[in-house]
Amino acid sequence: MRIECPICGSRDRREFYYQGAAVALDRPAPDAGEAAWDSYVHLRENPAGETRDLWHHEGGCGSWLVVTRDTVTHAVHKVELASDVKGAMS
Amino acid sequence: MRFSGLRVLREGLTGNKGWAPHWRDAEPKAEYDAIIIGGGGHGLSTAYYLAKNHGMTNIAVLEKGYIGGGNVGRNTTIVRANYMQPGNSEFYSHSLKLWEGMEQDLNYNAMHSQRGIINLCHSDGQRDAFARRGNMMIAQGDDAELLDREGVRKYLPYLDFDNVRFPIYGGLLHRRGGTARHDAVAWGYARGASDRGVDIIQQCEVTGIDIENGQVRGVQTTRGAIKAKKVGIVVAGRSGQVAAMAGMRLPIESHILQAFVTEGIKPVIDHVVSFGMGHFYISQSDKGGLVFGGDLDFYASYASRGNMPMMEHVMEAGMTLMPMIGKAKVLRSWGGIMDMTPDGSPIIDKTDTEGLFIDCGWCYGGFKAVPGSGFSFAHLMGTGNHHAPAARFRLDRFRTGRGIMDEEATGSQHNLH
Repeated sequence: MRIECPICGSRDRREFYYQGAAVALDRPAPDAGEAAWDSYVHLRENPAGETRDLWHHEGGCGSWLVVTRDTVTHAVHKVELASDVKGAMS
Repeated sequence: MRFSGLRVLREGLTGNKGWAPHWRDAEPKAEYDAIIIGGGGHGLSTAYYLAKNHGMTNIAVLEKGYIGGGNVGRNTTIVRANYMQPGNSEFYSHSLKLWEGMEQDLNYNAMHSQRGIINLCHSDGQRDAFARRGNMMIAQGDDAELLDREGVRKYLPYLDFDNVRFPIYGGLLHRRGGTARHDAVAWGYARGASDRGVDIIQQCEVTGIDIENGQVRGVQTTRGAIKAKKVGIVVAGRSGQVAAMAGMRLPIESHILQAFVTEGIKPVIDHVVSFGMGHFYISQSDKGGLVFGGDLDFYASYASRGNMPMMEHVMEAGMTLMPMIGKAKVLRSWGGIMDMTPDGSPIIDKTDTEGLFIDCGWCYGGFKAVPGSGFSFAHLMGTGNHHAPAARFRLDRFRTGRGIMDEEATGSQHNLH
């Protein structure tokens, strides 16, 4: 598996550390309540197919990336800087 | 049809013409008292114990593929009870006791081999941790022996004892641990359940769960609708998809765990050996293949196959520990899909829907739990009450924070186990 880092280009999967579902970009407010926090911390869509997750390019530029990929085929469809995705959400 | 030594002899002398299929390949009926979704090891053992212990025989096991084709046929076949956390400890202890009586109970040869498991340690600190773990296993009523370096050498003379990075200090021996023929476990439970009247229905994928006013009514399948008063979801590897049919989201991420087997060679490894520092473990099958594996690939996946970096890591760890295996050729590798929970422990519980139960989240430890999980899940489905050894496997422990069972003490958070 190779991941196309927007800064460094196509790199081996070994340079990246998997940080989990991209739900982390959507952190609830501190007072959002137990259900919202349980959902954020524990519950997952866990799709068989297209998913979005966060990867850290720890062996490269250090960027946090949002990777859109397929959990069944391991194909990587899109890689964006997490800062750009987060910026577009606000 | 009962198996016995005499029967094997007679069939051998008469051309093996008297053997019959081990279970009925049933057609779905319109209604059952209970439906088990998932014909893996856990689903089949659940059906068996529902019939045997709770008298529920008007039940069906629905399998989308074929019996034994999922994770029960894709693991590294290790059976053990060397857990430490309250909740896990009593559950795996109970499960190991069931293993010890299973072949007689099922009248089926599962090739259960209590050849002993040796976990290796490489520092004073790790040895202290093993001494503690061993004491807790003994306190639970199971067996553990702390071996020093020479004690390990007696059993495993082929290890690289003076490895520069990981010299061997000793090991924890769990004599009652071992392996079993995984397919035979599935077949044995299928046969036991089928003999008691359970319908085992293959090629029957559940596509929906019918719920009315908070009560489960049955399921929709690729072979039509089937009504049932109780439904149990036992589909580790696909738990999220099936639970979503009941409107649930689970505290589970699916990850890939790879395993490998070499060509058959003469007997050389008599035990199950684990090298925790390198994330490597190995045993030798009765056919002679070295069966080994390592850690998760560590990204969400349903691919049933992993990537090269973890293969390389596993091979390197194996060569570090026991250079003698270097010339054995790897025959195959594959991946199993693991239901990973945040704390690394499983779930056996009711759901918010009346009559709907779930058994999932076995992480990378489901095989040894096959008898215990079925026994406890059948108890829950049959009586409505939690079975004591599995009473802590609650679905709500993540939400409430109460009763987290973090065996590895890495934190109750996804991607840490």
